Amino acid sequence: MDFRPTEDQRALRAGVRALLAGRYGREALRASVDTGVAVDRGLWRELGEAGFFALRLPESEGGVGLGLPEAVLVFEEAGRALVPGPLVATHLAAGVVPGAAAGTAVVTAFDLGGDLVAHLGEADAVLGAAGLPDGEPVRAADPLTPLHRVAPHRVPRRGDVGAYVAEGALLTAALQVGSALRTVELAVRHAGEREQFGQPIGAFQAVKHLCAQMLVRAEVARTAVYAAAVTGGAGEVAAAKLLADGAAVDNARDCLQVHGGMGFTWEADVHLHLKRAWVRAEQWRTAAEAEELLAEELLDSAG
Amino acid sequence: MDLTYTDEERDFRARLREWLAKTLPELPARPSPDDWPGRRAYDLGWQRRLYEAGYAGLHWPVDAGGRGATPTQHLIFLEETERAGAPYVGANFVGLLHAGPTIAAEGTAAQRARWLPPVLRGDEVWCQGFSEPDAGSDLASLRTRAVRDGDDYVITGSKIWTSHAEVADWCELLVRTDPEAPKHRGISWLAMPMDAPGVTVRPLRTLAGSTEFAEVFLDEVRVPVADRVGAENDGWRVTMVTLSFERGTAFVGEVVACRRTLGELARTAKANGRWDDPALRRRLGRLYGEFGALWRLTQWNVSEAERSAGGVPGIGGSVFKLAYSHARQELYDAAAEVLGAASLSLEEEWTLDRLSSLSYTIAAGTSQIQRNIVAERILGLPKGR
Repeated sequence: MDFRPTEDQRALRAGVRALLAGRYGREALRASVDTGVAVDRGLWRELGEAGFFALRLPESEGGVGLGLPEAVLVFEEAGRALVPGPLVATHLAAGVVPGAAAGTAVVTAFDLGGDLVAHLGEADAVLGAAGLPDGEPVRAADPLTPLHRVAPHRVPRRGDVGAYVAEGALLTAALQVGSALRTVELAVRHAGEREQFGQPIGAFQAVKHLCAQMLVRAEVARTAVYAAAVTGGAGEVAAAKLLADGAAVDNARDCLQVHGGMGFTWEADVHLHLKRAWVRAEQWRTAAEAEELLAEELLDSAG
Repeated sequence: MDLTYTDEERDFRARLREWLAKTLPELPARPSPDDWPGRRAYDLGWQRRLYEAGYAGLHWPVDAGGRGATPTQHLIFLEETERAGAPYVGANFVGLLHAGPTIAAEGTAAQRARWLPPVLRGDEVWCQGFSEPDAGSDLASLRTRAVRDGDDYVITGSKIWTSHAEVADWCELLVRTDPEAPKHRGISWLAMPMDAPGVTVRPLRTLAGSTEFAEVFLDEVRVPVADRVGAENDGWRVTMVTLSFERGTAFVGEVVACRRTLGELARTAKANGRWDDPALRRRLGRLYGEFGALWRLTQWNVSEAERSAGGVPGIGGSVFKLAYSHARQELYDAAAEVLGAASLSLEEEWTLDRLSSLSYTIAAGTSQIQRNIVAERILGLPKGR
């Protein structure tokens, strides 16, 4: 037993981090907020070339032939960088929807559990649906997750996407973990720089303890996500999503608090993490669904 | 990211299971919680059986009489003994997990030969004299004085929260040998016999009604200088060495037990109808997810410990303890919700567990101290004034 990522896995993660740091750093993120264009087709293709979407396709089908453990590591990096767009749906569509694996197609999904769908205007296809449905644009809370509302009869039946739910939830959880770890860093940096009462606010235990608790949440969630990626167990995947949603949302909230008034501004990046974390918490599997699934497994295991 | 066990580890588990299945039915009946001499005899008897079967001091170095097992084997041992319902380490705790490893690392050959074998064989019990009424979280401010008088130290002061003091043979004692030095630099580590003249033990009653620990008063107690481990005034470092034996395995048995309790909670709730309340069901589902993650975090920390020099787990200890102590309290609060008004009865085992769980965010470093550690040593935030 060695739970830690292998050298190859760490190298893969470092490679994706370097790619995203160069290609989608803070300036690029803020530029997409300003233009309102969430999906950058050029970046999408570069991600495709880097194997982001084809990661788990067998090499015989032109993929990279890796597994869920590698996938959660690279999705963690995308979550850290707040890369917008239907990353999970496109990854799941690799090998199913032409162009998804290569990143030449943008594929979204009805993963919000209702008649709202993200990134419809930018998508070439919807996972599990025939053709692109029409939709009415809805003003979205997250500036980088545009939403459309479609007619109820155009929403795919649950069975059409059911096969994707567990993996979708796990990869979304990995995005959440990346965000949760990133907001710890942002909070710690601000707490170390910002001075009040003649000292960095991070020297005050009230602030310090918020930061410490953020790390605890993120580390527990990260462990749950990695374990679920290794075992693929239904309960572990549900737990991973549940804990990662909590870590991303609560950490963004605490990060906002540590930033004080700056945290409430459009200028700070904190709200982008929080709003995206809210979106992801609704995707694939909500807390209520995860808890019910876990309760069922608990009762089964108790006999 | 490999969660599978090696053939060797699987063999180890299988042999241990076999031994437990054969041995546990032979154990005498458990003594009542208030029967301290009975508890001592029971715990030492269990240690003797471990010794005879070759499982004593599993995680101790071979040259100290241990088995030199890997952290993973230790994890398997703790997991399997808890699963099988074997006795807890009990009165052997300090000897096996604190005093013994300290002597193994820092003691002279004569000290190791005198004190280590009786711990492994289940002949002697150790207790810990660290905390004082005015030195809790700020342990290094301890004031119990030890003054040299010929070949002896003469010790006066008091210790608190000392578990098993009533039945211990020895106490690993931290004393101040240089009151002028900075607080971390004037402390020494002594082995004190609990039957020495001047030692008075007064049991402390916990809020659970039991006497799990005691105050120890020391009135001019004489301890030979030869029974000091490490150099004079180097006791703080000597004590911290013990911590390097922490290999991520501290709560393995407890996490296994909590997961079993969750299953029992679900069964009870199903039987008494409360399972139909979605809020309670979801609460238990969440706890099931959290304890599953805590088990994985244990495996993560053990993986780290197994492959880092000296076996010191990286950031794991404090992060784990913060999450676990909170989850454990939450577990027994949920148990009270499952029981309803019956949770007010001490006849319910979970009620006592609920009361005991309150110590978890205090003992072995409060959650507030743990958060300071995480914030300052892991996140690098500045120390406060």
